[in-house]
Amino acid sequence: MKYQKSATTAKNLEHTTSLHPVKKVQTDTERCNGAEILIKTLADLDVDTIFGYPGGAVLPIYDTLFDNHDLKHVLIRHEQAGTHAADGYARATGKPGVVLVTSGPGGTNTVTGIATAMMDSIPLVVLTGQVPTSVIGNDAFQEADIVGITRPITKQNYLVRDVNNLESVLREAFHIATNGRPGPVLVDLPKDMLNTNGSYTGNEKVEIPSFKPTLHGHQPQIAKAAKMLSDAKKPLLYVGGGAISGKAWKEVTAFAERMNVPVTTTLMGLGAFPESKPQSLGMLGMHGTWYANMAMTECDVLIAIGARFDDRVTGRLDGFSQKSRKIHIDIDPSCIGKNVDVEVPIVGDVKHVIPAIDKLANPPEISEWWNTINTWKKEHPLVVPQDENKIYPQHMVKMISEITEGNAIVVTDVGQHQMWAAQHYKFNHPRSWISSGGLGTMGYGFPAAMGAAMACPDRDVFCITGDGGFQMSSYELATAVEYKIPVKIALMNNNCLGMVRQWQQLFYKNRTSYSVFGSNNPDFVKMAESYRAVGMRATTPAEMKKVLTEAMAIKDGPVLMDFRVVETENCYPMVPSGAALNEMVESDEEC
Amino acid sequence: MSTVTLTKTPKHTLSVVVKHNLNTLSRIIGIFSAKGFELDSVTFASEAEPGMARMTITTRGDEKTVEQINKHLHNVVDVLKVINLTHKKCIERELAIVKVSTAKVGRPEIMLIAQAFKAKVIDITNDKLALEVTGNTDKVDAMIEVLRPYGIVAMSRTGSVALKREFQGAVNIN
Repeated sequence: MKYQKSATTAKNLEHTTSLHPVKKVQTDTERCNGAEILIKTLADLDVDTIFGYPGGAVLPIYDTLFDNHDLKHVLIRHEQAGTHAADGYARATGKPGVVLVTSGPGGTNTVTGIATAMMDSIPLVVLTGQVPTSVIGNDAFQEADIVGITRPITKQNYLVRDVNNLESVLREAFHIATNGRPGPVLVDLPKDMLNTNGSYTGNEKVEIPSFKPTLHGHQPQIAKAAKMLSDAKKPLLYVGGGAISGKAWKEVTAFAERMNVPVTTTLMGLGAFPESKPQSLGMLGMHGTWYANMAMTECDVLIAIGARFDDRVTGRLDGFSQKSRKIHIDIDPSCIGKNVDVEVPIVGDVKHVIPAIDKLANPPEISEWWNTINTWKKEHPLVVPQDENKIYPQHMVKMISEITEGNAIVVTDVGQHQMWAAQHYKFNHPRSWISSGGLGTMGYGFPAAMGAAMACPDRDVFCITGDGGFQMSSYELATAVEYKIPVKIALMNNNCLGMVRQWQQLFYKNRTSYSVFGSNNPDFVKMAESYRAVGMRATTPAEMKKVLTEAMAIKDGPVLMDFRVVETENCYPMVPSGAALNEMVESDEEC
Repeated sequence: MSTVTLTKTPKHTLSVVVKHNLNTLSRIIGIFSAKGFELDSVTFASEAEPGMARMTITTRGDEKTVEQINKHLHNVVDVLKVINLTHKKCIERELAIVKVSTAKVGRPEIMLIAQAFKAKVIDITNDKLALEVTGNTDKVDAMIEVLRPYGIVAMSRTGSVALKREFQGAVNIN
C-alpha cells in the first residue's frame, strides 16, 4: 500500500517557530492590529458564526467585535458548551465550527469539546487567548500551556509568536481542519499579538507540502474490490461517518441501490443511507439491529466505507465477521488494518472511490442472501413496547420520528436515550443525526443542538437527552433563550443514569452503585421556566402527543419537555461487553 | 553481541523528515506514548534544508505495528517524509561515551578492549577512563557488554543516526 507523501520540498511553510515566514504579496498588504487581522481573515474564510466567551487575554478581539456586525458572536455560558455548539454547527453544515475563548481556564474548558470533535473527525477551529509572549512560561495569571495540553486531541495546533504570521496560520488552520480526515485545530493567540500591528494580505493561497491527503484510490485495488463484490454471494456494505464527512451520501446510496446489496450504518453513519430504502439494515454494533449484526457475522464480502471497526461495532474481535473477505475504504491510512486485517485496503476519499468501484462492478446475484436477511428482519424486528398509561422510551422516540416525519435534526447526549434514538428514529437524510459517538461525551447534546439550530434555522432540531446528560449543560438554556434558539429538548427522564444502571443490573448483580438520582432530580419544568423558557411535562402517551404538538409550534425559543418514561426499561438488542456480535441478548429475561 | 537485543522483538529504524520545531517533535514523541509504541532511541537535529529537521527513530515491534507507526507519523501535518530503513541497506552510526573503572584490572586491559573496538580514550583519571566509540548500534552494544564487568561508572549514547545507502544493489559493500 502506498501512503508516502509525494511532496519533497518545504517551501513557504508557516509555523510558530518557522525560520522562514511566508512571502507576502506586498502590493495588497494592509497594516492593522492582530485582532483586526483575525476578524478580517475569519470573514475571508466565510465564517458567519462564532461561539465565544470573553476574558482578559482576548479583550482586544472583543473590542474589535464591538463594532463588527457582520460576524455573529454567540455568547455561550461555558466554554465546553461553546465547543460543543461549534461542533453541532459543523456537523449540521459540514463547515468548520469556530470557538473563541480566553487563556487559562477558557482554554482548558474547551478540552472535552476538542476531544469529542477529534474522535468523531469534526472540523473545528478553536481560538484561545494566551498571556503576552513576554510572560509565557512564568505562570502568569490565567496562563496554561494549551498547545501542550491539546496536542494529542488536535489534528494540528499553533502558538502565534509573530503577528505577521497570524493570517497565514489561520488560513492554514482552516485548511487542515476541513481537508483530508477532518478534525479540530487550535490556534493560541498571545495578547500582545492581538494588540501589535502586523500585515494582512488577503492572500488566500494555502500551500502545505507536507499535507496532501490521498483522494483517489489505487486503481488496481479498486478493480479488485469491484470484482470481489460482483462475485459475492453474501455481500454487505458497512457505512460509517466518513460517508457523511466526505459528503458522499449520494454516491453511497446510488451504489448500494444499483448493486442491490444490504447496507448497515454505524452510529456515526446514520443518515448516510436512507432507512426507508429496502436495502437498509439500520445500525449495527452493541445496540444495533439483530439482522445487521447477523449479516455482519454471516457475510462473505464486507465493504467498509469510511468506518473504523470501532470496538462498539465489532464486539469480540475473534468472533467478528470471520467468514468475510474485507475491503476497507478510508481517507486515513492509519484506520486501515488497525483493529481488523483487511484483504483490500483502499486509501482515498469515499466520494471518489465509490463511483470508481461502481463503474467496474456488476450487481451480484444474491437473492438467497436477501431471503435469509428478510427472514431475520421478520423474526427479530426492533421492538417498540407501548402502553396507554406509561411512556416507554422507545415509544417516545417513535412518536418524535412520526411527528417530524423523519425530517428533523436529532441531537443526543450519551446513554440509553442515545441508543434508542439511533434505533427508532427513521433517518432519511445526512447531517440529521448529531451525537458524540467516539468519546461518548455527556453534556454534548443540548449545546450541540443549539449550534445545529443556529446553522439550520429552517429545520426542526430535537435534542433527545436524558436527565443525567442534560444536567451537565442545562445552564445553556440561558443562551438558547437569549438568542431565541428553537431547540426542542425531549428529556427522557428515568431519574437515573440509565445505561450505567443497565450495566450494573446485567453485569454487577443489580448493585446500582451511584447511578440512581431518584427524587433528587430537579423539577425540570420549573428549571426551564426560571430561564423564561417553556417547560412541559408528560406521563402518558396521550399527554406526550399533546406536548409534542404544542412544542412543534414554538419557533422563538427553546422548549423543554420532561417525559417521565418507564424507569426500569433497558436497551436491547445488546451485545454484552466481550461477546461476539452474534451473541446478542434481546430482553431482560435472556440475561 | 548484546544479550538484551536477542530477547526483544525485531528492531526497526525510521528516518523522518519534519519541520524543525518543538511542537512537531512533541507530537511525534506523543504518538509513541499515546499509542503504546516502543521507542528505543530518537535523534532530532537540523536537516540540510533550512527549517527542516531529520529524526532517526529506532523502535521495536512486528511488521503490523511498524506499519501503524509509519501511518501515524504520516498523519502528523508537519511530517514530510517517513522512510523505513529496516529492510533497506543503510548507513547507521551511533556515538557513545563510556566511563569505565580501571580499579579492578588497571588501564592496559581496558585500553586493549578500546583498541579492539577502535574507541578513543578521551579522558583519564587515577581510577577511570572515558572512551569514545562510534559505530552501528550493535557494535556500541557489544563494547558496552564487554566493559560491563569492569564497572561502567556512567555512559551517554546518542542513539542511532541513519541514512539510506545510495547503492541498494545486491553486492554487499560492507
